Amino acid sequence: MNKRVALTGNEAVAKAMQQINPDVVAAYPITPQTEIVQIFSKYVADGKVETEFVTVESEHSAMSACIGSAAGGARSMTATSANGLALMWEVVYIAASTRLPIVMPVVNRALSAPINIHCDHSDAMGARDSGWIQLFSENAQEAYDNAIQAVRIGESKDVLLPVMVNLDGFIISHAVENLNINDAEEVQKFVGEYKAEHHLLDKDNPITVGPLDLQDYYFEHKRQQSEAMKYAKEAVKKIGKEYGELTGREYGYFTGYKLEDAEIVLIGMGSTMGTAQAAVDELREQGVKAGLLKLRMFRPFPAEELAEALAHVPVIGVLDRAETFSTNGGPLFTDMHFALYGQEHKLIDFIYGLGGRDTNVSHLKGMFEMLQKAKDGQPIDRINYIGVRE
Amino acid sequence: MSKEQKPGWKTLTRGGLILDAGNADEYATGGWRVKRPEWIPDNCIHCLFCWVYCPDSSIETKDGKMTGIDYEHCKGCGICAEVCPAKEKAIVMEPEGGKEDGDE
Ligand code: SF4
Ligand code: SF4
Repeated sequence: MNKRVALTGNEAVAKAMQQINPDVVAAYPITPQTEIVQIFSKYVADGKVETEFVTVESEHSAMSACIGSAAGGARSMTATSANGLALMWEVVYIAASTRLPIVMPVVNRALSAPINIHCDHSDAMGARDSGWIQLFSENAQEAYDNAIQAVRIGESKDVLLPVMVNLDGFIISHAVENLNINDAEEVQKFVGEYKAEHHLLDKDNPITVGPLDLQDYYFEHKRQQSEAMKYAKEAVKKIGKEYGELTGREYGYFTGYKLEDAEIVLIGMGSTMGTAQAAVDELREQGVKAGLLKLRMFRPFPAEELAEALAHVPVIGVLDRAETFSTNGGPLFTDMHFALYGQEHKLIDFIYGLGGRDTNVSHLKGMFEMLQKAKDGQPIDRINYIGVRE
Repeated sequence: MSKEQKPGWKTLTRGGLILDAGNADEYATGGWRVKRPEWIPDNCIHCLFCWVYCPDSSIETKDGKMTGIDYEHCKGCGICAEVCPAKEKAIVMEPEGGKEDGDE
């Protein structure tokens, strides 16, 4: 049973957390995430969840608390943004390497400095190689749905990895949208009970977690992590399908929009992909064969599937809401080069929206225009900064 | 070091999890020592302070009496010698290998 409600992205994620009813939530405030744990604390106070709610003194402690509780066999969650995620950095890696299926909504916000509280993806991109599964959401609906699926994905038998559920700061987190929420009982049935195979509170089978792992073992454990990510890919697909059967909203690695016959395509993640749809619609009316590919799963990176879906598209624009400062474009641009290596596509990078800089339909139409020019053989820079003052 | 083949990534526990508790015993750390504690039984009053304080569980005892030091695991921190309350210290720290090297 679906119910249609009007919620902000943060409210939707807090709702998902209430319906998941995790064993432990560690909370530390940071804009624009604060509301998630604040609303959740109300659920705790009102007895709407059975969660052990731990208020900690920093994000480093929030993730540490999650690691401790997850190692104790508890389904554990926290949420953060930007510098909070950056402060967590050390333990973000430890969560993944210790193979603990923690779920963390990240309300994407620009990293300092200069200080800025608005949306870009630099925070999540900083955790790109941490071994976490990373899902991105276009709107509150997807953030809600991703949060619920994340529990199952991370806890999947051969996966056992933490999952980051990304949603754009303010644009998604603070804007009210209509969305469908599931029946609480259905969510409970969907996520099931978490039973860790080995955990610290199993007093009959004492174990050691996180021991010294030197030259003779560390490498093997990293190799295991790479393998787990392959299973994560399967799990994301399987669980996205199962979720679709339950709710009518199926999820995969990415979604195409007017992609089948498109000649110029933008690929990107997050809320801008909604704006881009409006641009595509307008361009289609003018007869321009524009299309979109909205990426949901950034880690693991579905390179083969992307190459297949884009095989027929001569010119591809990549939307990067983060800069790598490598002088070679944004993080998604680099990955797309890998995915399409050895093929004939022309790839153009658009770095946009840093620090919450507004990206509207005309910006996106401008990008399509550049793609069209590139398709017509005109010279276009490989890396472009959209919406920045010269 | 023996040349036995260690398990590969497919068979190891995930994330370095150790399922047999207490296996620190299998890992000899005595080689880390720079100084070694020497026990002088004649001075010992068997108070077992050394046993309580040793961070590596390397003080050997039998029937409530100190019997010696486990040099396989003792890291030579010197805590036992420091806490020994006997009038004349019953544990003193000596340079590791000093005597063998003949530099008395
Ligand atoms: S030197 Fe340190 S490790 Fe060795 S027996 Fe004494 S207290 Fe234990
Ligand atoms: S602390 Fe000194 S006196 Fe006491 S048992 Fe140990 S060696 Fe003997």
